Amino acid sequence: MLICAVVITLMRNLFAGAILLSIYSLLASTFFMTMDAVDVAFTEAAVGAGISTILVLATLLHVGHDTKPAKTLRVLPLLVTVFVAGLLIYGLHDMPGFGQANNPVHTHPIAEYYIENSESDTKSPNMVTAILASYRGYDTLGEVTVVFTAGIGVLLLLGGRRKNNKRKADPKIS
Amino acid sequence: MKILGLFNYWMVILLMLVGLYMVIASSNLVKKIVGLNLFQASVFILYISLGKILGGTAPIFLKNAPDTVYSNPLPHVLILTAIVVGVAMTSLGLALIIRIRKAYGTIEEDEILEIENKQQ
Repeated sequence: MLICAVVITLMRNLFAGAILLSIYSLLASTFFMTMDAVDVAFTEAAVGAGISTILVLATLLHVGHDTKPAKTLRVLPLLVTVFVAGLLIYGLHDMPGFGQANNPVHTHPIAEYYIENSESDTKSPNMVTAILASYRGYDTLGEVTVVFTAGIGVLLLLGGRRKNNKRKADPKIS
Repeated sequence: MKILGLFNYWMVILLMLVGLYMVIASSNLVKKIVGLNLFQASVFILYISLGKILGGTAPIFLKNAPDTVYSNPLPHVLILTAIVVGVAMTSLGLALIIRIRKAYGTIEEDEILEIENKQQ
């Protein structure tokens, strides 16, 4: 995945970059699969690898494939990146080991509550679905609002004079 | 062992930095959006890594196994929401790029700035 990401950065042809982004999303979704997050893997494969790629390709259709030849490595962005790297690596030392059952994430009572009660509360065997639609329903409402706003924004930006608008499929994403 | 235990987090940091550098450094607007996507995916990976328990299974209720260890479902829910919001954001950004291209005829940041300066 890292190789994929670095190649995207160096790539001058945007078309190849879009396809590599799709491969990157697919790798991410296989990673989610191995991390037991099956629902997230589905979504990433469908939305990240599928719809995102289509959107980027549709944009490239309008704006063309080629970028200007990249200048030599810029200093200021590199400095910012190195600074952020320092902060992140400093923070890394306090991270608990990967996958231990006594990590703070797992010892908080709310996860235990969800795991024990979501089946009897909602009659859904899939805990992720139960939390998404029931316990954290307001989250989903907010999400739908965001998608709706984005859809309206895209229609306002691109709509009007153009009748053969490729972005009209957008609100269906949710 | 400590280093190996944090391997996921090292990868998250590296991916995040690649995305960050791409957003700041590339002058092409589409590449900026792509960099933003890379950055996002690294955050997703961080959350999903946190939710994993070694030896655990996917958080889907198993009838005849009361002692099963499940991975934490809460990060999964948060990331599901984040993925969809991310795509909404990407589509809005790309729509803006198409408008910018129509108005200026280019999607390179420095060229747009030049045109702006000439107009003043």
